[in-house]
Amino acid sequence: MPLLEVTGLRKSYGEHIAVDDVSFAIGVAETYGLLGPNGAGKTTSISMIVGILDRDAGEVVIAGQPHDVTSVKTKELIGYVPQEIALYRDLSARENLRFFARLYGLGGRALKTRIEEILEVVGLSDRADERVEGFSGGMARRLNIGVGLMNRPKLLVLDEPTAGVDPQSRNAILESVERLADEGVAVLYTTHYMEEAERLCDRVGIIDQGRLRVEGTRRELVGLVGETDRVTLQADGDLARAVRDLAELSQLKQVSSGEGQIEVLVSDARALLPLILETVAGSGVQVRTVQVHEPDLESVFLHLTGKALRD
Amino acid sequence: MRQSLIILAKDLRQRTRDSTLLVFGVVLPLGLAFLFNLMLGGGERRLEARYAVADLDRGTVAQEFVTQVLEPLRAAGDVTIRPVAGAEEGRRLVGDKAVDAVFVIPAGFSAAMQQGRPTALEIVGGADSAVAVQVAREIAQGYANERRMVQLAVTVAGGQATDRELIERAAAAPRPLELAEDSATQRRQLDSTTYYSAGMAMFFLFFVTMMSVTSIFDERREGTLARLLVAPITRRAILLGKSLGGVLVGVLSMVILITVSTLALGADWGNPLGVAALAVAAVLAATGVTAAVATFARTTEQASNRLSVIAMVLGLFGGALFPIAQLEALSFVSVLTPHHWFLQGLGDLAGGSLAVVVVPVLMLLGFAVTGGALALHRLGRMLHW
Ligand SMILES: Nc1ncnc2c1ncn2[C@@H]1O[C@H](COP(=O)(O)OP(=O)(O)OP(=O)(O)O)[C@@H](O)[C@H]1O
Ligand SMILES: [Mg+2]
Repeated sequence: MPLLEVTGLRKSYGEHIAVDDVSFAIGVAETYGLLGPNGAGKTTSISMIVGILDRDAGEVVIAGQPHDVTSVKTKELIGYVPQEIALYRDLSARENLRFFARLYGLGGRALKTRIEEILEVVGLSDRADERVEGFSGGMARRLNIGVGLMNRPKLLVLDEPTAGVDPQSRNAILESVERLADEGVAVLYTTHYMEEAERLCDRVGIIDQGRLRVEGTRRELVGLVGETDRVTLQADGDLARAVRDLAELSQLKQVSSGEGQIEVLVSDARALLPLILETVAGSGVQVRTVQVHEPDLESVFLHLTGKALRD
Repeated sequence: MRQSLIILAKDLRQRTRDSTLLVFGVVLPLGLAFLFNLMLGGGERRLEARYAVADLDRGTVAQEFVTQVLEPLRAAGDVTIRPVAGAEEGRRLVGDKAVDAVFVIPAGFSAAMQQGRPTALEIVGGADSAVAVQVAREIAQGYANERRMVQLAVTVAGGQATDRELIERAAAAPRPLELAEDSATQRRQLDSTTYYSAGMAMFFLFFVTMMSVTSIFDERREGTLARLLVAPITRRAILLGKSLGGVLVGVLSMVILITVSTLALGADWGNPLGVAALAVAAVLAATGVTAAVATFARTTEQASNRLSVIAMVLGLFGGALFPIAQLEALSFVSVLTPHHWFLQGLGDLAGGSLAVVVVPVLMLLGFAVTGGALALHRLGRMLHW
């Protein structure tokens, strides 16, 4: 029996459909990644799943019990790390942890030891009694995660927990998620970093414009794009024009641009690279670097949606 | 309930770390009560007047008038009364503005009164002393009325009695008409300092409870509401925790205000038990109304704006800012406000037994229950992500 089962989740804001018929399941000790660009509907989906947002349609079942905003019993099983830092800035790290832990019924010695444990995990033991308002962004983010772990959840839901974190903290965060998964926690992890999804997740769902386009293990997903290479050009100039010119080449499977770079999917990068560079130069664009990737989740996303993950 | 208390404890901890509450709960209401009392307390000011009496009669009735009517007046206010030899001297003093008015008791006054013959008590007033002269006229008029009743009694009884006995009997006789008037005035028997202290306390109570209830929206802005909503607690527990915060700081601010206004401003709130019942009921009413209004808002700013307007309107029509009940046309609107019942309860308490607070307390609890029920009904609309 999966720990979390989501079926037909839907939410719209006025005319705009933010989440459209999303279904997936996560087993015990499994880490599931929701990978999608900004505005894809990750946070909206997660908010409905943890039960802070009313859904228009769909079912959420946690450990075999139906779950919605008014559920109390199933909420005990959830650990939630919101995308935005959600802490009392005028309270200390310890006070924040203590308050939320108490809401979960922790008290006495168990509470004390748990607080120390978590402070250790998030590396804030020596700043425990300082108010959060004096914390750096990275420290606040680590505490934000710590609060979500206080109740030893069976289902840990993290919404882009590494956004705006330095590489070192980021690595620490990923490691602690891996450790929890090893301990049997089911993890739902959203990100728009392909690398994180690839490293952490047993299975990945790719979400775009509210729809879950495809899901599977990394190997399954990459298999979808077949023998396809991805070429990334860091470039300056009129990228849009370069993309238009490239799109006219029939040998290329997919072209898109974003964040000062152009992404191209081709079946044989080595053979076509000269043609690509020539075309781009003809569009008046200066190429700074060229990278050729083996098939990866980014390629899958590009293949499915025709656009880059980070645009 | 346990979770509500946990939320309450956390909120209080946060409250102690900012000073807004102290400002709205204690400093502003006390300061304003003090100011209002200074500016508007005129209605309760002690009469300041200098009178002269020219007793040309020197009879018993004239003496009664001086000792039983004028003398108590002197004792009660800043009033001086000096005897003068004759009407001429009195007029001169008025002309020199040495006195505000002179009572001239004509010769033969006592005899005429005792025999029921018409006579005149003359008042000579200075042009610049309108209030003092008016008061003098009313004193004389009141005395004349009383004498007339005595005469009526004598006429009806046809008996023989001395003048003094008659006056005493008249004073002891029941006065149905005046009694009715008394109970009406007792409602407003709070002295102005207490009145404004109570009014300000009630007025600012709404701002104090508002800060607790609207902290729900602060939690939304800070993102922590999501965590409360994800925690295994009901939304009711969240609202209850926030409302308890309002009740607690409301009661605290009331206690401080009552204590300080009594000690420092000389306010006289009345029977402590009755005051406590009214204050607690008022705090509950303010919290209930605040919670209900808050459910119609989405942000702290929105909630604060609406609540401020409502607190102003209720305060104004409820007579917390000035005694609006004196405006007959508005007194019926006034009963729709908790402020009215709080102030009326205190007024009644000043002039009556403890039992008089029952109706005001019940009315205040009515506001609390109605507001609370509405807030619970609309809870889902406020407590979501
Ligand atoms: N409260 C809201 N009112 C109106 N539209 C909303 C609301 N919340 C989200 N949306 C819209 O729903 C869509 C999905 O938003 P959501 O926050 O779920 O995306 P996301 O995948 O989490 O993006 P990001 O990576 O930027 O966090 C977006 O188009 C967003 O504008
Ligand atoms: Mg998001």
